[in-house]
Amino acid sequence: MNKVVANAEEAIKGIEDGMTLMLGGFGLCGIPENTIAALVKKGVKNLTCISNNAGVDDFGIGLMLQHRQVKKMISSYVGENAEFERQLLSGELEVELIPQGTLAERCRAGGAGIPAFFTPAGYGTEVADGKEVRWFNGKPHLLEHALYADFSIVKAWKGDTNGNLIFKGTARNFNPMMAAAGKICIAEVEELVEPGELDPNYIHVPGIYVKRIFQGSGYEKRIEQRTVRKS
Amino acid sequence: MALNKEQIAKRIAKELQDGFYVNLGIGIPTLVANYIPEGMSIFLQSENGLLGMGPFPSEEEVDADLINAGKQTVTMLPGASLFSSADSFAMIRGGHVDLTVLGAMEVSQNGDIANWKVPGKMVKGMGGAMDLVASAKNIIVAMQHTDKAGNSKLLPSCTLPITGVRCIKKVVSDLGVFDIRGGSFHLLEYAPGVTIEEIQAKTAGKLVISPDVKEMEV
Repeated sequence: MNKVVANAEEAIKGIEDGMTLMLGGFGLCGIPENTIAALVKKGVKNLTCISNNAGVDDFGIGLMLQHRQVKKMISSYVGENAEFERQLLSGELEVELIPQGTLAERCRAGGAGIPAFFTPAGYGTEVADGKEVRWFNGKPHLLEHALYADFSIVKAWKGDTNGNLIFKGTARNFNPMMAAAGKICIAEVEELVEPGELDPNYIHVPGIYVKRIFQGSGYEKRIEQRTVRKS
Repeated sequence: MALNKEQIAKRIAKELQDGFYVNLGIGIPTLVANYIPEGMSIFLQSENGLLGMGPFPSEEEVDADLINAGKQTVTMLPGASLFSSADSFAMIRGGHVDLTVLGAMEVSQNGDIANWKVPGKMVKGMGGAMDLVASAKNIIVAMQHTDKAGNSKLLPSCTLPITGVRCIKKVVSDLGVFDIRGGSFHLLEYAPGVTIEEIQAKTAGKLVISPDVKEMEV
């Protein structure tokens, strides 16, 4: 068994036009920068991208939007992206907005063998349109279905060649659930080490979910809202 | 005088209790963190996966891997914890967060809230707002009482697409503090210098003046 691939180009082998991808990250925090760059270079099109956000104009998934590679975004928040707005208004891009907790749980369910579940989020709103409602413990809930992907693409801080992953700070976000919900999970890491070098007590994602792993390079880690205290 | 944003935040901070786990939304709610009473231990939850959020970092402390739900750089207090988005919303949906403070565009006398979408404007998405309002047991809305044109934002029913139904129990606006129960806004406190008549004139929803109504301490 060898999960290690040389780079992002090798990692995305098999990603074809029309596929559904999950991409980890919250805003620009914890996004798979190297793999996104490789997808832009490869030029695959008509993709459905499941990701909490859609990047900014010139970074993250915004780069794929610039190259018109995305047919549909499934997200909870897509602000701060002028090209996104242009494509949405012109009808080039389809968007499905999902409450953030529901999005996280639908990804979790997809990887955990739970085909659907009930949640209170969105009851009585337009999110509830067409969805089954059932009452539990005196409260109405919506039936929501699991999400799956042909490929899930995650970014971790450290990983080993068995695919075990450790995240740093709030860069964890959607990455662990997405790792499990993709038929093939690609993990890019800042530091790739040999088995035994990571303490098993501190693994966030067990390697069983990860099919391909590589050490990325040149991480920009752009900050959307650099905010510092005055003193 | 109507309250400014800082004063609204300061008034909401009086609702905090020692040991509370609190989620603060973007805008005025974020300012509440500046008024946590001395000696009180409050754990701020950021729904992108952090409990025990600290103040903004110094230039040297800025870390791209540590942001809040508004995508601003933040710090962690000693004893903070980090987790995934699924765990984060398990905390929220599971009712483990003691207090949620949110902004709103409209609130109805039934406790419905609209704060995510304006027809005709670019839709950015609901983010975590629908999950928060559907589950939180204790939500305070921090808002301006009227819009820029002077129209009441405390309404008989919401006109904008709603975020959640019958979920808001308290509103702190620039004019006063209101409980929502029994299909009415109950005025509990008015801002210093604001008259009850002015509040009545600017509240389109059903308003009940509490028998114990008093001037707010700010």
